[in-house]
Amino acid sequence: MNTEAVARFRVRGTSMKWRYLRQHVFFAVVRLSALMIALALGGIIIYIVVNGISVISWDFITLPPADSMTQGGIMPAILGTLYLTIGAIAVALPLGVVSAIYLTEYAKQGKFIRLIRTGVNCLAGVPSVVFGLFGLGFFVVYLHFGSCILSGAMTLAALILPTIIGASEEALKAVPQMFREASLALGASKWQTIYKIILPTALPGILTGSILGVGRAAGETAPIMFTAAAFFTAKLPGSIFDEVMALPYHIYVLATAGTHIEQTRPIQYGTVLVLVGLVLGVDLIAIIVRGYMRKKKRW
Amino acid sequence: MSRHLKEAIIKSIFAVFAFVSVLILALIVVFLFREGIPVFKEVSVVDFIFGKEWYPTYDPPSYGIWSLIVGSVIVTVFSCLIAVPLGVLSAVYISEMAPASIKDVVKSIIELLAGLPSVVLGFFGMVVVAPFLQETFDLPTGLNIVNASVILAIMAIPTISSISEDALYAVPQEFKEASYALGATKYETIAKVIVPAALSGISTAVILGMARAIGETMVVLMVAGGAAAIPESIFDSVRPMPASIAAEMGEAPFGSGHYHALFATGIVLFFLTLTFNLIADYISRRFKETGSATL
Repeated sequence: MNTEAVARFRVRGTSMKWRYLRQHVFFAVVRLSALMIALALGGIIIYIVVNGISVISWDFITLPPADSMTQGGIMPAILGTLYLTIGAIAVALPLGVVSAIYLTEYAKQGKFIRLIRTGVNCLAGVPSVVFGLFGLGFFVVYLHFGSCILSGAMTLAALILPTIIGASEEALKAVPQMFREASLALGASKWQTIYKIILPTALPGILTGSILGVGRAAGETAPIMFTAAAFFTAKLPGSIFDEVMALPYHIYVLATAGTHIEQTRPIQYGTVLVLVGLVLGVDLIAIIVRGYMRKKKRW
Repeated sequence: MSRHLKEAIIKSIFAVFAFVSVLILALIVVFLFREGIPVFKEVSVVDFIFGKEWYPTYDPPSYGIWSLIVGSVIVTVFSCLIAVPLGVLSAVYISEMAPASIKDVVKSIIELLAGLPSVVLGFFGMVVVAPFLQETFDLPTGLNIVNASVILAIMAIPTISSISEDALYAVPQEFKEASYALGATKYETIAKVIVPAALSGISTAVILGMARAIGETMVVLMVAGGAAAIPESIFDSVRPMPASIAAEMGEAPFGSGHYHALFATGIVLFFLTLTFNLIADYISRRFKETGSATL
């Protein structure tokens, strides 16, 4: 088609020039959207780093708070967040992986499976503060655990379970069908196939996917507000039945309810930076490892 | 033990574990009701939901959550006005336009954005967005609907973007080829073939994004301002349901009417998001793209 023909080519009375103009405008808008999202993330992270970096010191991460929170560090909050997150993962990871194996490897289409799937989807959509209410009503009050690490970790476990199931399912589905067929053809039982072939193949994917999800657990505030978190504890927790300080809760309280909101501003920035560093650092490692594994994959 | 028996046992154990999610969901409902229902001895369901007075600590108290519901709906709608275009367009960029190298970067950025803790975004809204709004528009407070909507939008974008992208990615290659073969430009192919074909998935994404925004707690707790009244302008403060629950639960005496009223607010919030999720679930099941043969 020569240019003259192109110019005469019309769709619903629209010239080629006009159609390309529209395309350029649309593409520009689309690129701008992607750029704006990148700038939002970049802006937030740069702002946090610039304001928080001067506060970070060895003392800040190894000392407890002092002088009604205006001095000292945030070590008990870091420790508390680690306890809660590790507790939540210890419960939710096995449960989630087993659920995902059932959903991908065993279950046949039917009412039961649909019930489970709908259940998982709906659980994923439950607001975090409702998880907090559930934790309060069930673990703290009904089971008499009180406000403690155990209650908080179990509440967070319920929160991250759907994420782990989703990530695990995706990793299991990525295992080629011929792996299963080859194993079964060699006389292995279904369980042996899962245990010896499918799970080891899918494990890196399950782990990276889950890590991306459980960063959420470390950063969540609402579920632990009524179930585990304390504004200040004089001692470090001695058992899972003790209350703990936690990074997200520490930020929230200092920024909104403290008596020295302006004085503790530097500590707030520092705590935000530590939390973001922890969560995004782990996420970033997971993203990089996943990218590396995808390239290395031989099937 | 015979091999078949062992297999059957393993399978049932797995089924029991898989059922835990449903069990947790059921427990959530049971305990919300257990702690929430007692408030309806003091106030009728209609007065609770449509009552405009939320004075839980007054004597006598009044438990009407209408202004909290309105607050939730308003910040959700406004945040979606920002998050839906940005989320869907960024998904279009990732799935249809971006070169391979940039694609991975943008996807990672969106994943990292999803990983930002809500309390951090709330904090950002307090120390950056609020002063900015206050100075620019000469307001008494920067903690208001606009602030909450902007921050909530940042939280909803990753959900909307990643689910939309999956939907766009699932559109069969032949559709695009057919469109190009008919002489359509890339824009026309995207706007008139790919996006319509992925519309059910995109709708699911939008609904789930809204559900995420309506249930998000820390952001609205920290930046929505906390006024339990029907707002008159977009620069007014509101007190969405999650903010009310999170802010007051610490002060409400255990077993008091206020305590039960907060659980009852949780029931309303839970069923609101559950409805959104069930609709999303239904749409994605009903309109599942099973390939070109179905069209």
